[in-house]
Amino acid sequence: MPNSAPSMHSPKPENPDFKSELLGLVPFLRAFARSLTGNQEAADDLAQETLVKAWQSRSSFIPGTNLKAWLFTILRNQFYSDRRRAWRQAPWDQDAAERIPGGGEDQVASAELSDTVRALKHLSDEQREALILVGAGGFSYEDAAAICKCAVGTVKSRVARARKTLIEILDGSDTLGDATRPAGGEAAREIMAQLDQLSPGRSEQVGKKRDK
Amino acid sequence: MSDEKPTEKARAVRARQRAIGRELRRMYDDVAQEAVPDDFMDLLRQIDEAEEKGGKKVS
Repeated sequence: MPNSAPSMHSPKPENPDFKSELLGLVPFLRAFARSLTGNQEAADDLAQETLVKAWQSRSSFIPGTNLKAWLFTILRNQFYSDRRRAWRQAPWDQDAAERIPGGGEDQVASAELSDTVRALKHLSDEQREALILVGAGGFSYEDAAAICKCAVGTVKSRVARARKTLIEILDGSDTLGDATRPAGGEAAREIMAQLDQLSPGRSEQVGKKRDK
Repeated sequence: MSDEKPTEKARAVRARQRAIGRELRRMYDDVAQEAVPDDFMDLLRQIDEAEEKGGKKVS
């Protein structure tokens, strides 16, 4: 390791590389954000918030460590704190994403959204993020655990359960409509828990903006 | 190593899992390959400028 690392605690490392690395990772921030929110607009808001946060706290990034994982951690924290602030807003919303006319290619891609991707919304946030990080983002279980602030074993079991749940959903789409039917113990319980969370009192949240 | 012979079912499950993995990566990669909206560049530029003006911390 060369001695290049300037004192990590220098108050403000004016490092042009950091900025360009940050920019280079924006596509992945957007992808992760989209996976978390299922909604293009919300995702880009989230990714932008993340960028601001990351830039503001850049002096706390330790050079030589995984910048992508660091950014994803910030994004994830932001996602959950936004969630807490506006809990009722936007459960994972791939349907909205599909309706959004995102211009040519986006729209085509959206139209091709597979059942698998659609089924993601029936996973718990925890399972979804674990599955996305490991299954799509290419993170190791260790990095995913660091991002999600949980044990490696926890990530592994979340990923496993996420896959199992998805398969069950894809195998029996009636599970979606009839969540009371036990579709296999834990998975079914999680789906139900998720549904309960998403529709407190079965109020229609989707149309809440236009409440006239 | 594993002495359990992969059953038909286990194979099927693995195939399903691989298919799921492909779909997820496709979704993720599709977004990652989109052109980054200008907003993002503008944002960093703004932050930068704001900091230059505001907290002059140049040592």
